[in-house]
Amino acid sequence: MGPSAWSLVLTGCVGWGLVGCSEASSEGTGDTWDKIKARGELVWAADLQGGEPYVFEDPKDPSKLTGFEVEIMDALARRLGVRHRMVQYNWSNLIPSLERGDFDLTLNGIEATAERADRVLLSRPYYVYGETLAVRKGSPYRSLADLENRPVGTLNQTVAHDILRSKRVEIRLYEGVEEPYLDLLQQRVDGVLLDDVIADRYGCRTEGIECLPGDIARGTYVVAMRKADNDLKAAVDKGLAEMIGDGEMERLLTKWNLWNHRQTEPPPPIREPIDRARSFDINQLGLFFEAAGITLQVSVLAFLLAVPLGLGLALARVYGARPIAVAARVYIELFRGTPVLLQLFLLYYGLAPYWSLDPMQAAIIGLGLNYAAYEAEVYRGALLALPHGQTEAAKALGLGPWQTLRHVLIPQAFTIALPPMTNDFVSLLKDSSLISVITVIELTKRMTIAAVDLHGWLVPGLACAAFYLALSIPLSELARRLERRLARDQRPRTL
Amino acid sequence: MISVRGLSKRHGSREVLVGVDADLARGEVVAIVGPSGAGKTTLLRCLNYLEPFDAGTIDIAGFHLTPGMTQTRAHEDTLRRLRAKVGLVFQQFNLFPHLTALANVSLAPRVVRGHERQTAQARALELLARVGLADRASAYPHELSGGQQQRVAIARALAQDPDVMLFDEPTSALDPGMRKEVLDVICSLAGGGMTMVVVTHEMQFASDIATRRWVVDAGKIRE
Repeated sequence: MGPSAWSLVLTGCVGWGLVGCSEASSEGTGDTWDKIKARGELVWAADLQGGEPYVFEDPKDPSKLTGFEVEIMDALARRLGVRHRMVQYNWSNLIPSLERGDFDLTLNGIEATAERADRVLLSRPYYVYGETLAVRKGSPYRSLADLENRPVGTLNQTVAHDILRSKRVEIRLYEGVEEPYLDLLQQRVDGVLLDDVIADRYGCRTEGIECLPGDIARGTYVVAMRKADNDLKAAVDKGLAEMIGDGEMERLLTKWNLWNHRQTEPPPPIREPIDRARSFDINQLGLFFEAAGITLQVSVLAFLLAVPLGLGLALARVYGARPIAVAARVYIELFRGTPVLLQLFLLYYGLAPYWSLDPMQAAIIGLGLNYAAYEAEVYRGALLALPHGQTEAAKALGLGPWQTLRHVLIPQAFTIALPPMTNDFVSLLKDSSLISVITVIELTKRMTIAAVDLHGWLVPGLACAAFYLALSIPLSELARRLERRLARDQRPRTL
Repeated sequence: MISVRGLSKRHGSREVLVGVDADLARGEVVAIVGPSGAGKTTLLRCLNYLEPFDAGTIDIAGFHLTPGMTQTRAHEDTLRRLRAKVGLVFQQFNLFPHLTALANVSLAPRVVRGHERQTAQARALELLARVGLADRASAYPHELSGGQQQRVAIARALAQDPDVMLFDEPTSALDPGMRKEVLDVICSLAGGGMTMVVVTHEMQFASDIATRRWVVDAGKIRE
């Protein structure tokens, strides 16, 4: 494909994204409540990864579920006269999957927001939370305003994320509830904004962390149902109202250490939507460009680390004395045989107490160290593919080992290694999406954020694909030209 | 120029060379002949220590070679200087495919002896002219015929100003039509007084230019 062809792909996909809006949300047929009664079973969705105290596996018996939301569901189902069964979904997919009709309802720390109210039916609140700002003990930051232009951590797609987006802070998005507080201690972020349920359990009690008094904002957890299921909403609301009325909710929340003054005060209204584009507009495009820049930067720098390190490892394996060759082999097996995701986690969080890297550094070093193992094997193969006569000829001319490598073997091995190296770089470009687990917002993460904002995966997904292709295809083209220039023997190949 | 004493070499349990003694004076040309597998090539490669040996000594071009010289760094340095003084031409040419004919010839003078690029290239061009390939200086090996490649390989070996030239069956990989051009180059070298050791099956050639003949059989030399 020539340059004009791939720019066509890009403008085609993005252009379509600009005119296209988001997909229509599914409203359902409105008979879910009838079906639940007929079945005698209510199917609800939650994410076990949310952890304690929401819905999680009982540490004493991992085959059993526990958590305050499980107990709320127990009580609610009892009052509705049905059994209930939990199905596991990724938290960020709960609402889209509900709309698709995968289950009857979802109850899992879903915050009542105007945007969600637009898409799905929300029950009356079952819990009032307060957004809690955590800082390091003794730090000068006493409010969000103090944290201007400082890194602040939170979870993606939460109300806390929305609040931070309306402030002038640098947002770091995490996937788990413990990591933001770990990074707070490591001084990688200067504040963490999350609701009190998470903050009380994972942050405020940690040595060295202080939760500032007063709620940054209040909100409510609600049950989400499909738009047309008014009958089901009526039944759920009635059940929740009875639980609150007869004190079962208080007993239950007290048992989980969640009962507090917020629950008896008037619940806050549903949050107004923050002003946000609903279509793939020029601002979104700008954010995608920025994210593509991060993806490219991380990939290029990681590869620049992987190539010399890989070459060193390959030379150690092929020509090194036995202990050196063995060490190189151990490195290669270790980094190639374990998931790069695990390596990134260990590098960024595991080594944090000893070597505190910032997310970009960790991403570049992590991917670079991992890919060095693959490059090493590519170069080793290329070196072994060279005829022995080349080394002998260099030796017979009086070239030393390094001169032989530098002037005779490596230039020839590079020609052999170029196609697999191109392969590896394109693969690295895509593997770089994994660095979102250490809070770097690259292309794929940007796509998932946009998908939530725009209420649909299709358009951001296609835009994301177009950006990846726009990065990889010119690169393959460049490699192809270089390959053609380096290949001295260009006679057509026949069998 | 060359003095071999009690040279022995084994590959595992097989004895390839068994106490070889031989001498060659400056300006002499010796043809090493003998049946396949007799140890001709091994003997030749011992002369520039591309093949280490187990016992005996070799004195060549002012260097004294003994067993075990690949073990230390100081010896490695001696061997590099030895190989500049004792050129070797391979049966399979072994040109560097990523370099032009000119770069093949000028590489060692530049890298090993530290000559300026321009000096090395001017000298390389001279040598290419001497083997009749001045006009192919910018050609890559795959663009040259087998005979031309072998002539570039000879020029490459000559670029180090060797005192002795070793040839390992220089025409065996060539079509009959191309052998003559390579043999002519070797003959002209002999005419110029170069000391040469040539492993060959070309009996005519051996008797034409060789002043001596070593018949190798079962790891020994029979004159």
